[in-house]
Amino acid sequence: MRGVISRTAGSGRRLAGLGNGKQGQAALSTAARPADETGLDANAMMTPGSPAADLHEAAGAAGHWSVTVHADRIRRALRPASRLSAALRKRLVAAAGSLREHWVRSLQLRVVGTTLVLSGAVVTVLGLFLMQYIASDVLQADATRTGSVAAEGLQTAEAMPWVRSSPGSGTRGQIYQLLHQLQVQAPGLGNYGMAVLIAQPRQEYAALTAGGRLGIPSAQSLPTPLTDKVSQLQGHGIQNKLSYQLTSINNYPGSGAPVTTGFAYGVPLGNYYQLYYFFPLSDEQRSLDQVQLIMMLAGLALVVLLALIASLVTRWVVVPVRQAASGAQRLRAGNLQERMAVRGSDELAALATSFNEMAASLQDKMQQLEDLTLGQRQFVSDVSHELRTPLTTIKCAAEVIFASRAELDPAAARSAELLLSQLERFESLLADLLEISKHDANVATLDPEPVDVCDLVRNAADVAQQLAERRGAKIEFRLPAEPCVAEVDPRRVERIMRNLLVNAVEHGDGKGTLVTVAGDSGAVAVAVRDHGVGLRPGEEHLVFDRFWRADPARARSTGGTGLGLSIALEDARLHGGWLEAWGECGRGSLFRLTLPRAAGALLEGSPLSLIPDEAELADGAAGLAGLPLDGEGGGAAGLAGLPLDGDGKAGPGSLPLDGHDIEAGAGSAPGTGAVPDE
Amino acid sequence: MKGRVLVVDDDAALAEMLGIVLRGEGFEPTFVADGDRAMDVFRDSRPDLVLLDLMLPGLDGIDVCRQIRAESGVPIVMLTAKSDTVDVVLGLESGADDYIVKPFQSKVLIARVRARLRRTDDPAPEMLQIGDVSIDVAGHSVTRVGVPLNLTPLEFDLLVALARKPRQVFTREVLLEQVWGYRHAADTRLVNVHVQRLRAKIEKDPERPEVVVTVRGVGYKAGPG
Repeated sequence: MRGVISRTAGSGRRLAGLGNGKQGQAALSTAARPADETGLDANAMMTPGSPAADLHEAAGAAGHWSVTVHADRIRRALRPASRLSAALRKRLVAAAGSLREHWVRSLQLRVVGTTLVLSGAVVTVLGLFLMQYIASDVLQADATRTGSVAAEGLQTAEAMPWVRSSPGSGTRGQIYQLLHQLQVQAPGLGNYGMAVLIAQPRQEYAALTAGGRLGIPSAQSLPTPLTDKVSQLQGHGIQNKLSYQLTSINNYPGSGAPVTTGFAYGVPLGNYYQLYYFFPLSDEQRSLDQVQLIMMLAGLALVVLLALIASLVTRWVVVPVRQAASGAQRLRAGNLQERMAVRGSDELAALATSFNEMAASLQDKMQQLEDLTLGQRQFVSDVSHELRTPLTTIKCAAEVIFASRAELDPAAARSAELLLSQLERFESLLADLLEISKHDANVATLDPEPVDVCDLVRNAADVAQQLAERRGAKIEFRLPAEPCVAEVDPRRVERIMRNLLVNAVEHGDGKGTLVTVAGDSGAVAVAVRDHGVGLRPGEEHLVFDRFWRADPARARSTGGTGLGLSIALEDARLHGGWLEAWGECGRGSLFRLTLPRAAGALLEGSPLSLIPDEAELADGAAGLAGLPLDGEGGGAAGLAGLPLDGDGKAGPGSLPLDGHDIEAGAGSAPGTGAVPDE
Repeated sequence: MKGRVLVVDDDAALAEMLGIVLRGEGFEPTFVADGDRAMDVFRDSRPDLVLLDLMLPGLDGIDVCRQIRAESGVPIVMLTAKSDTVDVVLGLESGADDYIVKPFQSKVLIARVRARLRRTDDPAPEMLQIGDVSIDVAGHSVTRVGVPLNLTPLEFDLLVALARKPRQVFTREVLLEQVWGYRHAADTRLVNVHVQRLRAKIEKDPERPEVVVTVRGVGYKAGPG
C-alpha cells in the first residue's frame, strides 16, 4: 500500500498527496497493517455472494487513507502559518511582554487562554477521530457497493463464451459488446470505468467502455501492482479472485480534475483476458471534504464559544473579586463606609459578606480608637484642669508663706523656700507631661502665623540668658539683618528655642553658646552650638528620648524635666520641620532646627550646616574621618539625623547631610554671619 | 486706685486663696461660685474688675463673660486651666481682656489686675483722628462720622495706642507691652483677637479694614497707606 500511495502522491493533488503521512497511519489501531503490504488482497476470494472478507480489507485501506488525509491537511495548514509567524515574530516578541504582563495579572485571561488551548486540543483530537471514523465508514460502504458491482460484472463476463478462447479477430468487438452490456447492467453507479485487457499472448489494451466516453484511458493508467497481481493469479490458474487497489488515474474522462482517485478492481477473465473496474471516489471525497470543513468550522465555533463561556463564567467570579479588591483599596484609603453588594448565597456572596463584616469590624475598631482618642483628649483636658486648680491654690499659698518667711523660724523658712522651688519644678513637669501626652494623643494643633524667627529666638533667650549669666557664660547671636519670616506657631517655636538654649547653657560647662539663624527660599534654620562635654557617638538620637540623661550620675543642676528635647522634637515634627543634633566628645554639640517657610511645605534642605565648621578645621583628617560628608556609610552614626519630614524615611541614607547641604549652609547667607567661624 | 474685684470661681480653696492674695494687695474681693448667680452678684457689687474662671457649674464662664460684656466694659481677666488655642481664643472672643493660665504666680495675677485697672488719672485733652474715626482721649469716647462707638477700655487703649502714632507699625509685642502691660512678650493671640474685636466695632467693613491695618509679618498700624 505504501508503494502505491507514494507513487500516486507524486501526481496527486486532491487525494493522492494525502498518502504521505506515515505517522497518521501508525497512530491508529484500525490502520495497523504491515507497511509492506501493497493493498492488494491476494487471498480474498471474491464471490458474487460473499464479498465481505475483501471489503473488510478495503475498509482497512480506507482507514489509512482517511488518517493520512488529516495529518497532511494539518501540516499543509501549518506551513503557511509558520511562515506567517516568522513574519510576525518581531511584533509577537514585542507583544509578548505586555501579554505576559496581562497573563500574570489577569485571572480571566489565564482561564480563557487555558480554555482556548485545551478545548482546541480536545476538539482537534476528537475531530481527527471522527473524520477518520466517518472516512473509513464511507470507504467501507463504497467498497461494498463497488465490490458487488465488480463481482456482478465478472459473473456476466464469465458467461461469455469467447472468454475461454484465445483472442481472435472478433474479440475486440466482443469486448466492446461485453463492456456495453456491463454498463447497461449497472447504470447510475456514477462515473465508473471498465476495461478488458488481453493478457495473452501479449498485454494489449483492448477497450475501455463502450464509446470510450467513460473509463480507463489506457492500460498504463492501471496500477502496475494490480495488473501484476492479476497476471500472477492468471498465471497460477486462479480465477474468480477479485483484487483491488486504491489508486489514482490521470485525466480520467468525465472528471474535471487532472487526477482521479478511486478503487481499481482487477480479476483474471479466463486464461487470456483480464477485467478491470475503476470506481472514482470524487463524490465521496467531496462529501468528506464538506464534512471536514463543517467539522472544522464547528470545532472552531465550539472553541470560540467555550472561550466565551469561560470568559463569562470567569467574569462572574472575577468581577466580585475585583470589586472586593478595589473595595479593600478604598478601605485602605480610609473610606470605612465601603461595602460590597451581597447577591445570593454562594461562595462569592460569602466573600462579600466576609468583606463587609471585616469592613464593619474595621469601622468599629476605628470608631473605638476615635472614641479612645476623644477620651484621651478629654482626659488630658480634665487632668489639666483638675490638677491645675489645686496647684494654683498651693502655689499662691506657698508664695504667701514664702513672702512672710522672715517671721518664721529658720527651719520653716527654709521649708517655705523648698516648697516654692519644688512647686515650680512640679509645675513645669506637669506642663511638660501634659504637652507630651497631647502629642501622643495627636491632639496637638499647629497655630501658624507669619513671624520673624529671629524675634522668637530673642524672646526665647530671656530665661537662658539669666541662667547663662549665673554661670558666667555668654550667649552670642548671629542673626541675619533682614527678618526671617516663616509661617510657624510662635508659641511652639519659642518653646523649642527655650529648650535648646537652656539645654545648651546647662551642658555648656560655662563656655559660650552661639545661636545662628539663617534662611533660604524654602526654609528657616536655627543652630544652637555649645562647647560643653558634647555627645558620644549614638547619643545624637538618645538626647531626644524622654527622661534621657547623658550621665545618670550627673545631677540635673537646673532641674529640667527631661522632657524638653522630646517636646521640642514633637513640636518640630508638628511643623513638618527637622530637629537634629550633632555632637562630639569634648567638643560640644550643635542642635539644628529647620522649619519650612510655608506651613505644611515639605523640607528639602536646611540653610545651615549640622556640622560646625570649626570641627572640620580644628584637627584635619582626624576630625574629618568621623564626618560622613557624603551622607553615606556607617559614619553617619556620628551624626544625629532625625529627618522629621514624616514620610517614614529614617537612617543614614535619608540624612540631609550631603556635601550640597553643607555648601548650602555655608553659602546661603554670606555676610550675615550664618556660619560659625570662631 | 479703685479696687473692687469680683472673683467668679467654683473652687472654694482657690477663691479663698485669691481673696487672701487680693486683700494683701489692698483690693476688695467679692466672690461667687456659681455661673448662674454671677450676673446678680456682678450687678450688686459693681466691681472694677472681674476674675473669671472659664469652667463653672451652671452657666459657663464663656457665657458669663458674654453677659457681662453685654452690660459693661469692665475689665475681665480669665482664669483658665487650658492654654489650648481654642479655649483661649474663645474666651478672648467672648469679651475677656486678658487671661491667666493656671497655675499662676500670685504676683503675676496682681500685675495683670493692676495693668487692667491702671488708667491715666487726668488725661490731657486730646483729639485723635484716623480715617473717619474720631477719638476723644480725655472723654473716653470714639465716634465714626458722628456716631458714637461703644468700646471697652481695653479696646479704647488699643485704638489710642495705635492712633497716637499714625502710620507707625506696631509689632504685637510692642502692643502687648503698651496696652496690656506685659514686660516680656506673651501670647500674641491677645493682640490678634482684640484687633478683630476692635475692627468689628470701628471698621465699615471688618473684612477690609481701613482704620487698623495689618502689616503682614510685622504687626498693625493705624490709618491707611
